[in-house]
Amino acid sequence: MFEAILFYSLAAVAVISALLVVTRVNPISSALMLVVCFMATAGVFAILGAAFIAILQILLYAGAIMVLFIFVIMLIGTDPADLKRRQMTFAKILGAAAAVYLAIVLGLAAWRPPFIAAPMAGDAFLSPATIGKQLVTTYLLPFEILSVLLLIAIVGAVVLAKKKI
Amino acid sequence: MIITVHHYLVLSILLFTIGAIGVVTRRNALIIFMSIELMLNAVNIAFLAFARWNLLIEGKMIVLFVLAVAAAEAAVGLGIVISIYRNRQTVYVDEMRLLKG
Repeated sequence: MFEAILFYSLAAVAVISALLVVTRVNPISSALMLVVCFMATAGVFAILGAAFIAILQILLYAGAIMVLFIFVIMLIGTDPADLKRRQMTFAKILGAAAAVYLAIVLGLAAWRPPFIAAPMAGDAFLSPATIGKQLVTTYLLPFEILSVLLLIAIVGAVVLAKKKI
Repeated sequence: MIITVHHYLVLSILLFTIGAIGVVTRRNALIIFMSIELMLNAVNIAFLAFARWNLLIEGKMIVLFVLAVAAAEAAVGLGIVISIYRNRQTVYVDEMRLLKG
């Protein structure tokens, strides 16, 4: 019962703030709503027994990525007078309708029995130590490739954003 | 009233669809990026829900990798946005139509 209340309230916050992200004209409001959405999603991760991922989500998304977004919005300077007004075109309505149709199809495909509660999770599943051990044993190669990818991304971002190299 | 894996999947589908609507309807490149982050986040919920119901650690590991790749993608994407803004003085994608016939 407690889990249900927690899930429904976090899901409502996440969906409403996500809707606000895609409807606000000003990117700053969108960015702040996205932070709210990520916080609610972190809560969902926590009730799914992934507390480590939830903390990582807040640190990485709400902390690092959103600061980067807001920094870029400030850097390119959005004068509210320069913001374009919303406009309806046939292509946009068609695209949104196609996305809603996708949601209905996926929902009907997912909503199948058996409807069972989550099995009891052991300490090995819940503890972050398991993630750490897996990261340096089974997933060692992807982990190393990931570190190289991050290095490439950093160098690439600097090269792209720099005026003169 | 039990919460099953289906509830989490429906939440994931809803967030993914809202992100997709944002990508196809918005013209501001920054908001399109935010919508993509929203979609990645929705997929993470589905991964963690399946991991929890099947008691598999693999779902968590993939979410960890998705988080790192999303960080790299955001850094490069925002670099591109800054670069475009410097050359064209706009972040609206409908004004970038040099290749449009």
